Amino acid sequence: MATQVVMPKLSPTMEEGQLARWLKKEGDKVSMGEPLAEIDTDKATMEMQALSNGVLRKILIQEGESAPLGQPIAIVGEPDEDISELLKTASEAKPAKVEAAPKELPEPDAAPAAEAKAQEPKQAQTTTGISSDGKGQPAQAEGRVLISPIAARMAAEAGLDFKTIQGSGPGGRIVKKDIETAMSGKRERPAATAGLRPMPRSGEKGVVYGPSAYRDEPVSEMRRTIARRLVTSLGPVPHFFLTIEIDMERAADMRRSINELYPDLKLSINDVIIKVAAVALIQHPQVNASFQDKTVRYYEHADIAVAVATENGLITPVVRAAEMKSLLDIPGEVRELAERARARKLKPEEYTGATFSISNLGMFGIEEFTAVINPPEGAILAIGAMAPKPVVKDNEVEIRQTMRVTMSCDHRVIDGATGAKFLQTFKQIMENPLYLFVG
Amino acid sequence: MRDALNLALKEELARDSSVFLMGEEVAEYQGAYKVTRGLLEEFGPKRVIDTPITELGFAGLGVGAAMAGLRPIVEFMTFNFSILATDQIINSAAKMLYMSGGQFKIPIVFRGPNGSAYQVSSQHSQALESWYAYFPGLKVVMPSTPADAKGLLKSAIRDDDPVIFMEQERMYGMKGEVPEDEEFTIPLGVAEVKREGQDATIVARSLMVPTALKAAEELEKQGISCEVIDPRTIRPLDIDTIVESVKKTNRLVVAEESHAFCGVAAEISAEVNERAFDYLDAPVKRVSGVDVPMPYAKNLEQLAIPDVERIIAAVREVSYS
Repeated sequence: MATQVVMPKLSPTMEEGQLARWLKKEGDKVSMGEPLAEIDTDKATMEMQALSNGVLRKILIQEGESAPLGQPIAIVGEPDEDISELLKTASEAKPAKVEAAPKELPEPDAAPAAEAKAQEPKQAQTTTGISSDGKGQPAQAEGRVLISPIAARMAAEAGLDFKTIQGSGPGGRIVKKDIETAMSGKRERPAATAGLRPMPRSGEKGVVYGPSAYRDEPVSEMRRTIARRLVTSLGPVPHFFLTIEIDMERAADMRRSINELYPDLKLSINDVIIKVAAVALIQHPQVNASFQDKTVRYYEHADIAVAVATENGLITPVVRAAEMKSLLDIPGEVRELAERARARKLKPEEYTGATFSISNLGMFGIEEFTAVINPPEGAILAIGAMAPKPVVKDNEVEIRQTMRVTMSCDHRVIDGATGAKFLQTFKQIMENPLYLFVG
Repeated sequence: MRDALNLALKEELARDSSVFLMGEEVAEYQGAYKVTRGLLEEFGPKRVIDTPITELGFAGLGVGAAMAGLRPIVEFMTFNFSILATDQIINSAAKMLYMSGGQFKIPIVFRGPNGSAYQVSSQHSQALESWYAYFPGLKVVMPSTPADAKGLLKSAIRDDDPVIFMEQERMYGMKGEVPEDEEFTIPLGVAEVKREGQDATIVARSLMVPTALKAAEELEKQGISCEVIDPRTIRPLDIDTIVESVKKTNRLVVAEESHAFCGVAAEISAEVNERAFDYLDAPVKRVSGVDVPMPYAKNLEQLAIPDVERIIAAVREVSYS
């Protein structure tokens, strides 16, 4: 069957793409997965793959032209198939109508589910491009929550508000399994941490970590109210800021000692900060989290984005599972990522999907500043310059190396005290960095 | 299977002298499918009677004999030919007790093969259970194993109401243990759980029971545990056993050889919807014969009858896996 090929979403922030080069001509055979065209996105030039087998029947936008996400750019089908209907709808197609998809989803009782299943891949292709698989959408069609009878009953009995649960069934239907998952999630909610817990064990050397695993927990009514109210005050992400001063004497000493032992390592204070932040995040999962509208997502690992300034602007390569990595590994990894960032050679998965960010302007002598959260992350830590300062200690004035850090928090997911407790742990470890070596 | 049926007939003919058998080729030829083998020799031409090719006629004779106090067993060479006799079955047999104010009971059994055979095309491959189950006054029985066939046929013969006893041509050669006990009967209206499971219920009858059991075996390997229920009697239907199972598994697939529209699976689906709505995690799924007259071509015939793969796909669909 002939299908429209639409402008795919090739980077997380992409809204439209420019057709750099067609790799196939009209009349060429294409098979699924084969490169069809090169698309310039806002970040890089990417290959776009064919999603079905057939012949490239019609090219709808020429090289150099741009199209918004979801707009038909070509038609693939059988050589002798009638594509006039598709051509007509393509010329009428408005850019990526998001509400088009739910409308086509059948009501559960209106059409046999088999048909619904068969339609899903089609919709993914014609309306939303590569990234959508039709699952995990909010469980709503035309404003109704789709839920199976037993799931509804179980939710009612457990006192769960099923409107907050994402359904995994066809069309986003909430099914029994989703309620069971939500109920077990409820029980496993981590307790608030007090004091330092044992260091997480360092990972095996050479292990490559992908993006962190996570669990989604339903947003509680209270959390929803907080989110709704705060979002009306400060803009889409309601920021608040917490600043703390840290005595850096020991951290600086440690860095010096390690660099004496490993002169080639070139361990920076920033590397130490990445590690300490990651370890502290694991102890405060509420901060290693992101607000997902219907759920709060808690990450298992601390994937730390490090802001790197390049000629073209800011980019944020990610150190995956930083809490598992040793101070001997982090410097090299950060350096390598930063070099490739400056060369614009990062792949999208290397600069997206972090759980937390660090921005350091200390090298410019900035004492303290506030950074802007990179959604959907829950927080970002702004690092000021380390400098000698007079501090009062035991009623005497001493000169100590100090550093001020300011965390911007997304108030929809992190409350003041939660953020403050995290910073306390961060400070504690930073001021007693030997902690990193007793895990 | 054919021997189990033969044994049931033989035992009941011997047990009760009011029982007699008639139909096309049942006596001299010993049955088109040899279900009546040896019966003429053993019970003689007054008890085992060859009829002309006159379904409406001999069905009517049977109803009259039943009204007069005998217990006829009428064989249709296949149920496709019973269509000619429906006036006697539906208008006479099914309604006589009611319309005579309880004066005439009709203890008759209409039996024969139902459903698909092998390449006998549209007119000779029909599954007609939903026709007969539709009418108050008839009981409809469909065995899926030799033992069930024997136990259920004996109960059908002993029953005082007209019973439509539907065998399956593809299953006559089926092998299985059969109790030799002459008093072994299986009550009408009682389903049997043929396989226990937790994740999904498959209701199947007749030819679909072995198919569903194979599907359940395969699904077990894929991590889905299926309960397979054979109602055995379509009317009266043992809906309680099905509902109990659905309350446990929350998911129901009904497999049937017949067409879906106005079929037995549709009825089961409606009953479950009314009685166990709050327990369902997915819509009840029917796996039925394709909605076309049975094709003659072998490949198309195979495609028209539900198979293991289609049942597996349906169970996976309702299990969201």
